[in-house]
Amino acid sequence: MIQKFLRKLGKPLVKFFSSLGELSIFVIRSVANCFMPPFYIRNFLRQVMDIGFYSLPVVGLTTIFAGMVIAIQSYSGFSRFGAESAVASVVLISVTRELAPVLSALMVAGRIGAAMAAEIGTMRVTEQIDALTTLSTNPYKYLITPRIVAAVIVLPLLVLIGDVIGIFGGYVVGVYQLGFNPANYIKSTIDNLEALDITTGVVKAAVFGFIIAVMGCYNGFKSKGGAQGVGDATTNAVVSSSILILIFNYIITGMFFSK
Amino acid sequence: MSDTKIKITDLHKAFGRKVVLDGVDLEIKKGESLVVIGGSGTGKSVLIKCIQGILTPDKGSILVDDEEVVGVSEKEKEKLHSKMGMLFQGGALFDSLSVWENVAFGLLENKKMDKKNAKMEAIRVLRQVGLAPDVADLSPSELSGGMQKRVGLARAIATRPEIIFFDEPTTGLDPIMSDVINGLIIESVKGLGATALTITHDMASARKIADRIAMLYKGKIIWQGTVKELDKTNNEYVRQFINGSSEGPIKVEV
Ligand SMILES: Nc1ncnc2c1ncn2[C@@H]1O[C@H](COP(=O)(O)OP(=O)(O)OP(=O)(O)O)[C@@H](O)[C@H]1O
Ligand SMILES: [Mg+2]
Repeated sequence: MIQKFLRKLGKPLVKFFSSLGELSIFVIRSVANCFMPPFYIRNFLRQVMDIGFYSLPVVGLTTIFAGMVIAIQSYSGFSRFGAESAVASVVLISVTRELAPVLSALMVAGRIGAAMAAEIGTMRVTEQIDALTTLSTNPYKYLITPRIVAAVIVLPLLVLIGDVIGIFGGYVVGVYQLGFNPANYIKSTIDNLEALDITTGVVKAAVFGFIIAVMGCYNGFKSKGGAQGVGDATTNAVVSSSILILIFNYIITGMFFSK
Repeated sequence: MSDTKIKITDLHKAFGRKVVLDGVDLEIKKGESLVVIGGSGTGKSVLIKCIQGILTPDKGSILVDDEEVVGVSEKEKEKLHSKMGMLFQGGALFDSLSVWENVAFGLLENKKMDKKNAKMEAIRVLRQVGLAPDVADLSPSELSGGMQKRVGLARAIATRPEIIFFDEPTTGLDPIMSDVINGLIIESVKGLGATALTITHDMASARKIADRIAMLYKGKIIWQGTVKELDKTNNEYVRQFINGSSEGPIKVEV
């Protein structure tokens, strides 16, 4: 009876820990390969374009609407205490600390994580990764490293741009809808600007970039079984990176702000 | 120096409970063209992948130029791969690169040839396999199956490897195109003086390109000999396979 129960419990547990181990080995190998030549600059630049440049519209739209919504919400919320003047600083803090990094990362996870898993997964099931190996090219260095490095560098830049656009969204709503004085709104934003808000957002973005690239590449790399396998890899990449982003957001926020 | 290029001893490989290779012994001489025949799913592709170190065997030894390749480091594997070329069963062309970049991949990444020379060399090799230079700038997905095989062949021979593997070079091609590919294989192998290991279940192709034929069945090499010996053998398994009959000792599980 107990034995049967333990066996039932054991199987998924073993599976869980073995895939955790697999993932750890994958992460270690990928990171180690970031520091060893050869470096494939062309692949890296292609990823910078894909992850960075082509994500700009998505990130811009996400953050501008987030900034606009936060302006309306905080205005209607704070008017209960007669604290409407806090709107500018609330927009500033919520956009830079949370909204820009988290929402941008989630959007990029859907766009880029899925694309990475699909591309690398297809290369796996069509034996292109084996072909790389037989041409004396390390697939980690050729495929994984450029993606990870590009994501870790580019996401913070995206988030900085998102910060500006999000704050601008708050400004537009504040001035044209809620009737704030433009000069006062800007002054209040600048007065409340603190380096820590920006830095934490940027640190988060770098970590999220790492998570997106690693989960996208890992799921693609180990996919098997044709088109269906690639489809599963894509789904897993997006779901797992989104959840990890939310978990790590909590952890990093805790490290910076819980005192 | 012995004249053995590849020597496989007691090779075992299983996936979970499924035993694929169960004690393979095989020797390939320098400059020889060996063809391994066997039914679908008998582990022919797995055998090649073990020799290349893409898969790690469970047990056994593989010597290439008298050096063990099972369990060596990544660095040594890279060195090993620089002696080898491979035509994959499904082509495995890089679809993010153009045709000439595919062919020149080994030259650009490993031999550090500059772009202009690599492209010229790629076009030369493409012409060698019967493709016009204007194919060079197309993407692999714009080519027909037969053309993709030729590009795969060109990529396999472009680095002038000492050992070339062909995994079912003629599957899925019409008989005439098959014969063209067979001719190209013979030409390129002889031209380079390379050692070749080909996998196929196309008997016409096997007869044409083989110096020697070996048959893989149930994870073991059950027969080997020249093409002449193939036609005279009394081995019932081989006879059934080359006659393509469903009756005989080989039972197909449906
Ligand atoms: N990576 C793998 N994981 C699990 N099983 C595998 C793997 N590669 C091959 N196999 C199994 O090993 C067996 C042999 O496969 P292999 O591809 O070598 O066959 P084959 O002889 O090349 O057949 P075909 O002529 O159809 O190409 C198959 O049953 C396959 O399911
Ligand atoms: Mg095969």
